[in-house]
Amino acid sequence: MKLRSLAGALAATVALPLGAANATDLEVTHWWTSGGEAAAVAELAKAFDATGNKWVDGAIAGSGGTARPIMISRITGGDPMGATQFNHGRQAQELVEAGLMRDLTDLATRENWKEIVKPASLLESCTIEGKIYCAPVNIHSWQWLWLSNAAFEKAGVPVPKNWDEFVAAAPALEKAGIIPLALGGQPWQAAGAFDVLIVAIAGKDVFEQVFAKKDEEVAAGPEIAKVFKAADDARKMSKGSNVQDWNQATNLVITGKAAGQIMGDWAQGEFQLAGQKAGTDYTCLPGLGVNEVISTGGDAFYFPLLEDEEKSKAQEALASTLLKPETQVAFNLKKGSLPVRGDVDLATANDCMKKGLEILAKGNVIQGTDQLLSPDSQKQKEDLFSEFFANPSMTPEDAQKRFAEIIAAAD
Amino acid sequence: MTGQTRGSVRPNQWLRNLNAKIASIPMILTAVVIFVGGTAWTVVYSFTNSKLLPRLAFVGLDQYERLWAAPRWLISIQNLAVYGFFSLVFSLVIGFVLAALMDQKIRFENTFRTIMLYPFALSFIVTGLVWQWLLNPQYGIQSIVRSLGWTSFAFDPLYNSDIVIYGILIAALWQGTGLVMCLMLAGLRGIDEDIWKAARVDGIPMWKTYMLIIIPMMRGVFITTLVIIASGIVKVYDLVVAQTSGGPGIASEVPAKYVYDYMFLAQNLGQGFAASTMMLVTVAIIIVPWAYLEFGGGRKRG
Repeated sequence: MKLRSLAGALAATVALPLGAANATDLEVTHWWTSGGEAAAVAELAKAFDATGNKWVDGAIAGSGGTARPIMISRITGGDPMGATQFNHGRQAQELVEAGLMRDLTDLATRENWKEIVKPASLLESCTIEGKIYCAPVNIHSWQWLWLSNAAFEKAGVPVPKNWDEFVAAAPALEKAGIIPLALGGQPWQAAGAFDVLIVAIAGKDVFEQVFAKKDEEVAAGPEIAKVFKAADDARKMSKGSNVQDWNQATNLVITGKAAGQIMGDWAQGEFQLAGQKAGTDYTCLPGLGVNEVISTGGDAFYFPLLEDEEKSKAQEALASTLLKPETQVAFNLKKGSLPVRGDVDLATANDCMKKGLEILAKGNVIQGTDQLLSPDSQKQKEDLFSEFFANPSMTPEDAQKRFAEIIAAAD
Repeated sequence: MTGQTRGSVRPNQWLRNLNAKIASIPMILTAVVIFVGGTAWTVVYSFTNSKLLPRLAFVGLDQYERLWAAPRWLISIQNLAVYGFFSLVFSLVIGFVLAALMDQKIRFENTFRTIMLYPFALSFIVTGLVWQWLLNPQYGIQSIVRSLGWTSFAFDPLYNSDIVIYGILIAALWQGTGLVMCLMLAGLRGIDEDIWKAARVDGIPMWKTYMLIIIPMMRGVFITTLVIIASGIVKVYDLVVAQTSGGPGIASEVPAKYVYDYMFLAQNLGQGFAASTMMLVTVAIIIVPWAYLEFGGGRKRG
């Protein structure tokens, strides 16, 4: 990565005298490296370059788990980048509290972000003590079940319409040599799939009691016990998917080797890139087809406090570009996510995105767990669920007990 | 080395070997400030509830209580024990046997030595990736053996929670034994030819010569090797990351990875520091008595 930024800097010194007179380089770090993601990022870079500045791409491969430590240590270590992606919410909270991040309140009031950003919880997650510190770029929801139509055809069962039908179809799929549920080995995938099951099986209220109010009695109660039973089913169905990354797991679904995957709507970009069509090649079930609720977590850009006047100006230009309607449309169509403004036209969106937009318009939304829980509790949850999904001898009861302990200790 | 010829020049004891002392000041400062200072700082902050950034809000032993209640930490410790024991035993035994075989004045010794040492030139990350592929049931050893006709053959240690740590051990041994072999070979070459001749004249069988004469004479080499292997064991991290990322589930987690994950991923420095302090204590429990015996009371060996 260092090499790349060095190369970028070198290239810029060569390019400067030739053309763009007042172009400022801004290094932007993010973890969007899968095919669909990279295509989406290119849209952001194009929009930013059009403002006369230069986007220096600092992609860090290996998803957020690998990238965030690098970003944080660069910021705390005194080598900040120009802008960086985080899932907004609590991941950057302490960096903000330590005064390392730039306050965007002026720009936000000037451009009236409070009015244009929908739902309002997105901007609230950027707000710490009344000041706005990040520019949300998209809404990502976790609550999706992606199904391969071809796989179900091969197994000779109809494409399920909800989670229960999917579980019932599992034996037929297995007989046809298809893994019913693809699940990558990275810990966050197991934890995320469980959060999705909570909303789908136990409903929105229970989700909020557990993660927003941190009610340990609910976490230890019968509603969550049902969720753990469903997770037990999911564990059995996911046996045999020996892949690590989420996009490899999505690829199993795309190629029909696996029948389904519980994954956020970022998986859509992969289907799109593979040339598949929603409805005919693959099916998406928001809320696992049970409870059509989506979470409104997402990605946002944070801007470290820089001394360089020019760069600060470029930061502002970038923040403003990110929220422009054109950028929002171009980026989100490629990314498969929903725009953060309610007033843009997504006529070219595919069926799955339209489903998401409808749910969003109805207001069936919850906050993402990244917004509700500290990274510490999230990590403990990841440890628990990656163990649960990999170790068949761990009973749902034991797992629930540990889950309740984590919720009890969460702040 | 110093201090043995004391008595001759008493007044300027501090000025003896002045050049050497001045030259070693930077190293002494580095050791004191960075190693000792950094260690002390870590230990102090392990008693705080520091999150992303260190802050001095003491919470007593909370971090340690949480650490020892965390299933993932307990699994990490178990894995380290298993990995440590076997990697110590096997790399010493295999390394020594290879060295003894090399020492039989074979042809193409240089070629063999290079081949054996080559894995050591690779980083742990590359080693890990290579073995991840080799042990992958879809592409690696298992699929090759199956394609040769033995279709029920199963060898997928990295995807089996019970034996995953041995899969990692295989890669570690592949990488590390070459170095051990070279160290041992150097030790064997240091043994005087006359000793072998004397043993042969006395009619002592070769294995007995090795066990009773040669190995005891190679004590220094063994200790050096032991220290190198042991420090490699405690810090094992990249191999696990490259091969399994701690999976399946948390079955192949190791302490160093716990420290990293909690410090930077979970943004909980206090917890990470507590874990790293425990690692330090473990090392100290092993190293201190040994170092005391070896260097402290060890004047008698000169």
